[in-house]
Amino acid sequence: MENPGLFTAIHRPGDKSPSQVDFVVRTPADLVRIQRQEAAEICNVFGMSMAHATMMLRTMRWNREKLIERYIDDAERVLRDAGIADIETDAARPTVLPLRHQLCEICFSNEPNVPMYALACDHAFCVECYNEYLSHKIQDEGLSARIQCPGTRCPNVVDEPSVEMLAHPVDYVKFQRLLLRSFVDENQVMKWCPAPGCEYAVECHTPQSALDSTVPTVKCRCGHEFCFGCGYANHQPCICNLTQLWLRKCMDDSETSTWISVNTKECSRCRSIIEKNGGCNHMTCRKCSYEFCWVCMGPWAEHGRTWYHCNRYGEQSSQAARDSQEKSRSSLKRYLHYYNRYANHEQSARLDHQLYLKTEKRMESMQQKSDLSWIEVQFLRDAVDTLVECRMTLKWTYALAFYLEPGNLTTLFEDNQCDLEMATEQLSGLLERPLERKSIPALRQQILDKTAYVASRRQILLDDTAEGLADGRWRFNMSLIN
Amino acid sequence: MSTPTRRRLMRDFKRLEQDPPTGVSGCPNPDNIMLWEAVIFGPEDTPFEDGIFKLRLTFDETYPNKPPNVRFSSRMFHPNVYASGELCLDILQNRWSPTYDVASILTSIQSLLHDPNPNSPANSEAAQLYRENRKEYLRRVAETVEESWV
Repeated sequence: MENPGLFTAIHRPGDKSPSQVDFVVRTPADLVRIQRQEAAEICNVFGMSMAHATMMLRTMRWNREKLIERYIDDAERVLRDAGIADIETDAARPTVLPLRHQLCEICFSNEPNVPMYALACDHAFCVECYNEYLSHKIQDEGLSARIQCPGTRCPNVVDEPSVEMLAHPVDYVKFQRLLLRSFVDENQVMKWCPAPGCEYAVECHTPQSALDSTVPTVKCRCGHEFCFGCGYANHQPCICNLTQLWLRKCMDDSETSTWISVNTKECSRCRSIIEKNGGCNHMTCRKCSYEFCWVCMGPWAEHGRTWYHCNRYGEQSSQAARDSQEKSRSSLKRYLHYYNRYANHEQSARLDHQLYLKTEKRMESMQQKSDLSWIEVQFLRDAVDTLVECRMTLKWTYALAFYLEPGNLTTLFEDNQCDLEMATEQLSGLLERPLERKSIPALRQQILDKTAYVASRRQILLDDTAEGLADGRWRFNMSLIN
Repeated sequence: MSTPTRRRLMRDFKRLEQDPPTGVSGCPNPDNIMLWEAVIFGPEDTPFEDGIFKLRLTFDETYPNKPPNVRFSSRMFHPNVYASGELCLDILQNRWSPTYDVASILTSIQSLLHDPNPNSPANSEAAQLYRENRKEYLRRVAETVEESWV
C-alpha cells in the first residue's frame, strides 16, 4: 500500500483493539458439523454409538471435558441422567419388533400381527401409537432432546434414530430443527443472532462472569451487531448490567417524568405530587391538608391579607420550601439531561433509513455534477455508515455517563464524549450541505477528513472505556450487584 | 363412530367395571363417551372419610396422548384443588403419560386426598391451615364432607 491514510490505519484487519472480542459466525450446516465432531470425540474415547454420545453431551450442555470426567467417575449416573437404558444396544439401527408380543399400553388393542417398538427398557407400544405420541410431543409440546419413553414414569429418552424411524417425516424435520435450536440454546459459547429471519449463530468465548468488565459486541454475517452477553443490539460502551437498568428506567419513567416535571409541583410538607388544574393560588393538599401558595410554595398562613396576590417570593420560609423542592427535582433533572441526549441519538438513528435513501440520491447527483466516478462517490456511503455507528455509540455513552460517579476520569470521559459528539454533528452537517459543481472536490475532501476523524474519535472513546472496564477504573454511583 | 380415542375409552370403562379399584367409580355419559362422571369416596383415616366427592372428566380426541380435563363438581377444601374444582396434580399436567387410564387418574386423585402437597398450593387458605392450624383445617374439610352427601 503506497499511502496508508488515517482511515486504513484505524481499521487494521486482524489487529484487535481493547473494545473488540473474538467471535465466529456459524451457519446451520456448521452447527450440525460441530455437533457431529463433538459426539465423534466422545465415541472415540468410550466406544459407544453416536446417538448415545450425543444424548450424554446434551445433558452436560455440550461440555466435553465435564462429560468425560463424570463418565469416568460414575458412568451409571451419567447414563441415567441422559435417559439411556442400555449402552450396549446399537441405537444406530433401531428395529421394529415383528409381531405383537405384549399388550400396547396406549391403545390396549388386542389386534394381532401389529408391528411394535420398544426402547432398551422393553416398554413396547404399537408403531402407530408411537407415531401419534411423538407427533404430539414434537408438534404440541415442542420437545426434542427430552422425549421420554411413553411407559409410566419411565425415565428413558427416545433416541434420534428411533424418532427418525417412528415419526412422520414432517415431525422428524421439526424434531431436527428443535434439536439444533437446543444445541445453541444450551451451549454457553453460542447464541442465535436475534435479527428477524436470520438463521446464523455466533460463537464467542467471553464468559458471562466477565460482563462487568467487557462489552462483547459481535457482528453476524447478516450485518446485525449485537451484544453477546445479553443479546441486545450493540450497546458499546455501556456494560450489560447498566444497559438493562437504563432501559428499564427509561421504560418506567421517561415520558411520565417529563410530564410530571412540567405540569406539577410537590406539596412542601408531604411531597405528594400536585397538578394545579384551576382555581386560585391558595392550595390545600388533599393528603395532608397543608395550605400553601402555588406561586412561592411557602405556607399560606404567612400571606396574611394579600390573598390571591403573592409578593413573597424572596421570603425565607418560602425560599426554604422551594429549596427542598429543588433538591428532589434535581435528580429528575439530572436523569432528564442524560435521557434527552440518549433519546435524541436514538431518534436520529431511527431516521437512518431515510438518510441512506437520501445519500443514494446524492451519490447519483454528485456523479452527474462532477467528473467523479461511481467508485469515487462511495465515500458518501462510508461517511453515513460511520455517522450511524457514532450515533449508536454516543447514545450509549449517555446511559453509561448517567451511572458514573463524578471525578477526573468521568470528566475525561465526558470530554471524549463531547469531542465525538461535536465532530459527529459536524459530519452530519457536511452530509446535508447542498451540492454545487464548484465546491464538490472541496466538500469531498472535508467529508473524507471528518469521517476519518470521527471514526478515530469513536475508536479512542470505545478503547479507553473498554480498558477502563478491564482495569476496574470506572466508579459507578450504584452497586452493580442485582 | 369409532376412533382410537373412543376405543380406548371403551376399554377404560370395561376395565373399571371388571377390575374396580377400591373407593372410586366412574362411567361415561350414556350418549357421549367423551364425558364422564366419577365418584371418589373419601379414603379411610383421612379427614375426607365418608365424603362422596363427584368429579367430571372431559376427554377430547388427543386422549390418551394428552390428559383429560378433570374437575371436582363437589365443593372441595383441599390445598391442591382450586375454587373452580380443577386440580393441581402432576400427572394431569407435565407428568402425564399415555399409559395412564381413567382408573389410574381416579386412584391418583384419591391418594392426593391422602397426602396433600401444601408446597404447591392451589388453595392457599387450605394450605396455610393445613400447615399451621390443623384443627381448623379438619373442621373446614368436615364441612365439605357433610355437603357432599346432599
